[in-house]
Formats: sequence, C-alpha cells, structure tokens
Amino acid sequence: MGPFLLVTIQIDLYDRLALNLETDLVNMVHKTGARGVLIDISAVSIVDSFMGRILGNIASMTRVLDAETVVVGMQPAVAITLIELGLSLTGVHTALDVERGMALLQSKLDPDEELANDNDNDVE
Amino acid sequence: MAYSIAQLLTSNKTRLFDMWIQKQLASESLREDLMTDDELRAQSQELVDTLTSVITADNISHVESTDFDEVFEVLSAISMSRARQGFSPRETGLYIFSLKEAIFDLLQENLADDPATLLAESMKINRLMDSFGIITFETFIKGREDVILRQTEEIADISTPVIQVWDGILALPIIGTLDSSRTQVVMESLLQKIVDTGSGIAILDISGVPAVDSLVAQHLIKTVSATRLMGADCIISGIRPEIAQTVVHLGIDLSNIITKATLASALKHAFSMNRLVVKRSEAEKKVL
Repeated sequence: MGPFLLVTIQIDLYDRLALNLETDLVNMVHKTGARGVLIDISAVSIVDSFMGRILGNIASMTRVLDAETVVVGMQPAVAITLIELGLSLTGVHTALDVERGMALLQSKLDPDEELANDNDNDVE
Repeated sequence: MAYSIAQLLTSNKTRLFDMWIQKQLASESLREDLMTDDELRAQSQELVDTLTSVITADNISHVESTDFDEVFEVLSAISMSRARQGFSPRETGLYIFSLKEAIFDLLQENLADDPATLLAESMKINRLMDSFGIITFETFIKGREDVILRQTEEIADISTPVIQVWDGILALPIIGTLDSSRTQVVMESLLQKIVDTGSGIAILDISGVPAVDSLVAQHLIKTVSATRLMGADCIISGIRPEIAQTVVHLGIDLSNIITKATLASALKHAFSMNRLVVKRSEAEKKVL
C-alpha cells in the first residue's frame, strides 16, 4: 500500500511464528524500502510478554531502517494484558483502526517523498 | 429402640404441620407484609415433608449424616430467600425454632405418660433442631452478604459511566477512591467504549477522587497507557491543587501524560487536537 507495508495477523501468534514474522518483516522493509509498517492485530485475542516484546522489537528494528511502525486495532483485553505485564510498548505508535493508522503514517511521512512500491503482506 | 420418634413424626406429619403453622400465625414474628399466608404454608409444608421423609430412628442422633443434606438444602433455600426478602435474623430464627416447639408439643401429647422417653427423645430432637438453626443462620448471613456484594458491584458499575461528549471524544468522570478492582472496571469499560465508538480521545476526570496516592496514580498511569495502546489519546483532568501537591511530593511522574486542571480545558484541548473550533454564531451576536 503505497510506501507502507500492511501486516494483518489473523491468528494467535506462537513464539516461532512471531519470530518468523519479525524476520520476514524486517527483510521486507529492507527489500522494499518501505517507510511505514502497519500491523493490524484486531483479530488477536491472546498475547503474552514475548509477543509484546516482539512488537517492541519490530518497532525498534524498523526505526533503524527508517520506517515507523503503527500497531492498529488492539483489543481492550489485549491492551489490559500488556499493561498488566508492564509492557507499555513505548516507541510503538498506535491507532484505533487501519484507516487512522494509515493517516498517522501519512502525516509522519515527508509529503514530497513518494515511493512507488506496492506491498501487501499477509501472515496466514 | 423402644420408641421411634421418627415414626411418630412421619405418621403425624399433617398434625405437626398444623401445629407449626398455628404457632407461626400466633407468633409476633409473622410478617404478612413480606410473605403471604400461602407462601408461608408452601414453604413450611416443603420443610416438614422433607424432614419427615429423611428422618429415621438411626440418623436422628447423627446430625452430620448425609441423609440430612436434603433438609439442609431446603433450609438454605428458605433462609436465603428470607434474607433477600428482608426478614430480620430474629424472625428467621424464630421460624425454625417454632418448628422445634411444635415437635416438642407433639412429643408431649404422645409421651405424656413416659417422662424418661420424653426427655431422651426431646434431647435428640433438640440437638437436631439446633444444628438446623445454625445452618439457617449461616445461610441467612451468607444471603445477606450476597446482597451486600451485589450492591457493591452495582455501585462500582454505576460509578463508572463513560460519556461520549463529542464525536470522537469520550469523558469518564471517576467518583470515589480508585482501587485495583475499580481500575479494572474503569479500564475495561473505557477501552470497550473506545472500540465501540471509535473515539480518538478520552478524558479522565478525577475531580471526584478524594485523594491520590502512589497506588492511585499507578492505576491512572496504567489506564492512560492502556488507552494509548488502543491508539487513543488520554487526557487527565480535574486535578485539584491538593492532588497536584501530593503528586509532586510523592515524586510521581505525570510528565508524559496530558493533564488539565478542569474538564472544560481538557475538552478545549481535545477540540484543538481534533482541529475543531467552537465559535459563537453571528446571529447570536446580534441578539447580544
């Protein structure tokens, strides 16, 4: 989607799957030179501390590659769990839904800089 | 066993019931306002039926026997419902003890010529009925506690209304002390409302919170972080001077949270975040 990558997580992530996601995503950002990553976790109902850490890691890694990460559509239960685990995901941008997340990324991106890569990455 | 009181009770079931009802009707603990005569009769009949059906010559001196479970269940149900209906403990106690009196009267009628057996059987019945009485009280108190618990929950629910003050702006006035369980309720209802309405800004008004200590502040910060995770901004408003003092004295860092003194200024800030402008209309100006 324009200069952004959209990742929709459809299932509950297990450790190995999450690690794969991390690697794939960073590679993809590098390959496409994407400026923003949108992670849609609206279908995720269970998180653990590892998953929270992976999200934080992805944000830090993409930042190094000059891309912002926005996590969108977090469920209330998930948010409460992460807070109770002491993970406030500082450094990760959040938005209510994909649309707002996209707007947030757009506002962060330099308006005159346009990249023509179309990417859509779905994790099954 | 020379004489079976169990048999006596079973065969004189109807008589016992009548005597008991008479005692109840005569007693000052009768509450016609709380329970109709028919209900009382049905309730008493059930208890007498159950008691006479399970009682035998063997288990009468063994109160712990599982045979009485059924009676206990009936008793629990009765005293639970009485607790909910607002009977006083005295009235509920008298209800059970009047049954004891009825049984004694029955015994006296039938064993008037044999004082020794009368005494022995009375003791047995006494022990049994005392334990029934204790069960009744236990469940009665439990019933009352349930009522209190339910009210506490209701208060907690009532006191955390999430109000949509504007399109995309939610307000949550918190009244009363914030403890862990309330924070949980507050957080859940706020986050759910954010999802339901798709609001981007939440205002947490704490003007109704009497005191803020480090724990309360911790809870507030948690709530703010959780809303941030959901992708919404959170403003804390209604901070009174005393609260500002305590917060600083306790060394609580609220610097990365937007705080406003009043709900009005928080709303103003929310408007400016949403690039909304409130204007007095031209027409109104002319009137003024």
